[in-house]
Amino acid sequence: MAADSTMRDVFFEECEDLIAALSDGLGAMRDGQTDDETVNAVFRAVHSVKGAAGAFALDDLVGFAHAFETVLDAVRSHRLPLEDRILHVLQRAGDVLADLIDAARDGSAVNQAQVDPVVDDLRSFLGDEPQPDENFIFDALTLSFDGPTDAALTHVITFRPSDAFYISGNDPFLVVQALQSLGQTRVSVDTSHAPTDITALDWRSGYFTWQIELDGPDNDLSIREVFQFVDDLCDLTIRLKDAVSEQEPAVVENDDVQISDTFEQPSATALPDRNIKRPTSSLRVDPERVDRLINAVGELIINQSVISQRLMQANLPNNAELFADLDDYKLLAREIQEGVMAIRAQPVKPLFQRMLRIAREAADATGKLVDLITDGEATEVDKTVVERLADPLTHMIRNAIDHGIEQPERRAEVGKDPQGKLRLSARQRSGSIVIEIADDGAGLDRQRIKEIAISKNLIPEDAQLTEAEIDHLLFAPGFSTAKAVTNLSGRGVGMDVVKTAIAALGGRVAISSVTGHGTTFSITLPLTLAVMDGMIINVGGQTMVVPISNIIETVRPKAADISYMGLTSTLLRIRGDYVPIIDLSERMGQATTTRNMTDRVLLLIQTDTVAQCALAVDDIYDQRQVVVKSMQANYGDIAGISGATILGDGKIALIIDPDAVVQSNSNYPVTISTGKELAHVAAR
Amino acid sequence: MSLRADVQKPKRLEFVTLVAGEQNFCIEITQIREIRRWTPVTMLPHSPDHVLGVINLRGAVIPIIDLAAKLGFAQIAPTERHVIIIIAVEDRIIGLLVESVSEILGVDAENVRETPRGPEDVTTRVITGIIPLGDDMTKIISLPTLLTQPLQVAA
Repeated sequence: MAADSTMRDVFFEECEDLIAALSDGLGAMRDGQTDDETVNAVFRAVHSVKGAAGAFALDDLVGFAHAFETVLDAVRSHRLPLEDRILHVLQRAGDVLADLIDAARDGSAVNQAQVDPVVDDLRSFLGDEPQPDENFIFDALTLSFDGPTDAALTHVITFRPSDAFYISGNDPFLVVQALQSLGQTRVSVDTSHAPTDITALDWRSGYFTWQIELDGPDNDLSIREVFQFVDDLCDLTIRLKDAVSEQEPAVVENDDVQISDTFEQPSATALPDRNIKRPTSSLRVDPERVDRLINAVGELIINQSVISQRLMQANLPNNAELFADLDDYKLLAREIQEGVMAIRAQPVKPLFQRMLRIAREAADATGKLVDLITDGEATEVDKTVVERLADPLTHMIRNAIDHGIEQPERRAEVGKDPQGKLRLSARQRSGSIVIEIADDGAGLDRQRIKEIAISKNLIPEDAQLTEAEIDHLLFAPGFSTAKAVTNLSGRGVGMDVVKTAIAALGGRVAISSVTGHGTTFSITLPLTLAVMDGMIINVGGQTMVVPISNIIETVRPKAADISYMGLTSTLLRIRGDYVPIIDLSERMGQATTTRNMTDRVLLLIQTDTVAQCALAVDDIYDQRQVVVKSMQANYGDIAGISGATILGDGKIALIIDPDAVVQSNSNYPVTISTGKELAHVAAR
Repeated sequence: MSLRADVQKPKRLEFVTLVAGEQNFCIEITQIREIRRWTPVTMLPHSPDHVLGVINLRGAVIPIIDLAAKLGFAQIAPTERHVIIIIAVEDRIIGLLVESVSEILGVDAENVRETPRGPEDVTTRVITGIIPLGDDMTKIISLPTLLTQPLQVAA
């Protein structure tokens, strides 16, 4: 049923919110915030997942959520003291729950080896439970509610959908099905209100009343959850069949009411589990539509520059006003463009939360103590970037824990806190997003990296490399420093894949490492994938674009500022420093011009790998926003070119990747005749 | 739609015939998006000889390949009279520069002959079949094969 699959999509989207709320809550609990409100928020998040998962017959998920929830219930009713161990287990349970949701969504297999220990841990807390009445809950793990146990309660649910229920496309069958997943049911339907004359029958009318007897749940919370999305569309009564034996449900219900009253207002982010009923706090839009809009806006910006250019060339008299209007047009186009891009922007928070999970798993697997600190979670990045960063980040986090941070004993020996710190931060820096992964581990073992590179024929034995060049060997294909292949990393597909993935997003990775104090990887990514500020230049008659973000300044050199070093190298003196000059037209494979350096313009640029250098170009035309078009799909990568843009006159200009241009200048790989891999290192 | 009609009616194929390197070739019409006159391209650095550059096709950046050079003939010196065939193959959109485009050719599938196998070279490798045309014949180019070799040389 199509409706069912879209409901499923909604369920998984809801789950993402719920998991976010859950991680928030667990994080707050770990930080010592153990008030009832926080614990309740966590409980309700897990409970909502369970309730909704039940409706989709996701038994593994329901079973696990149930165990999780039972422990949380004990915590929130103060039957279980919140100690470190339980906090740790809850955290792991949160991770497993997220994994189970992912597995259910993708239809992939669940790593039972990861789930079982956590389930056992959860059970172990309940083993000490002083209330034998609750023991039957264990059965829920295997979902064996079938036979009503002595302690089980039977609820009688009277459910009469209103007209609105049918009109909004709900199906009573799904509701009943969801109830069936909670336990043994006996369903009867009262059709006495249905007209006997078929012509009087209106499908929209709620003629039927179902009465469902449900054995199982110890309170009506899970039942109410089933009706969560429809409870204003039907008449619903839930009562206990045997009201004498237990008075707990009434208490729980009260409790529930209090909870929802107290914390739905104070923080919207704390618990978005009633999303659907909230009017329009957020809008779910098909990304395809947004992409079409972005493309159209891209065309608008191109069109705007076409018009500007035409008007400039028209030499209109008295054109001051016209140009003022034109400027307005430009501003508006830019504003629209920014607005559209903002639709795609997403905070990196969910990504970082996922990394918290990865870090915990990695730390458990390696027996290291790691505290992952995240910073700048609210930083917004393009949706595509967030999605495509997950894999490289996962890899880098695992690497940092596996290779970077030392074993606790070793850390204690060198006088460090046995618990390693791994900081994951995101921030915006002038048109770019910088994401940093910093560990306080041992730092890179450069000697060893070099040895490995030599043993793998990546560099010749006598290569003289700077520290930065050695660090960059990590990104060479096939390079892996792990002494033994571990479960976590070290499969030899490591960092070069990371680098390629990030390069595909138009970003770069840089490394800085201090021996004994740790390593920092910083990923610099463009703010948006679609538009950037560029300087339009002339290189040997061809129009090209250099990203403004890389340009420090432009210089028209005097003869005295230029010095020569050997036959090919030219240096520029600027404020007492000497920086190498790179002839861009030569880099771009054009015939070497005989033009004197002093007739040309130098762009002083800075990249992550080379401190500073100057690109010699023939002219600067303009500085403007350009729409980036990828060439990868139709053509492939071109060394030194990151993409293309369409100029005002409809012509294409290539966008220079200064990083790649400068790196292919580093002379060590070029001198090696065999180093095909190295050429790769040099190219990116 | 009746099954019988499908069975009885021989499969009809349509090709666009073209001239490249002064020889006759054809491309199946379903792979062709449009045909346009030559317009100047933006050259790409470090590209092989058969890659002429890129053009702007309604906002998309499309590489242009000299089909003659790609097939091992002499490079075409493009003028206004030359033609670019825009093709769509496996999610890629590419322009092929050819000397001229002649006609649309409809043939029954059974009239397509297998390529006679002689010594292999750059051209014969991309020919999937031949179609006799009276005294003459034309050769069907397999675009996926033509484009399987990466367009650019490794950096």
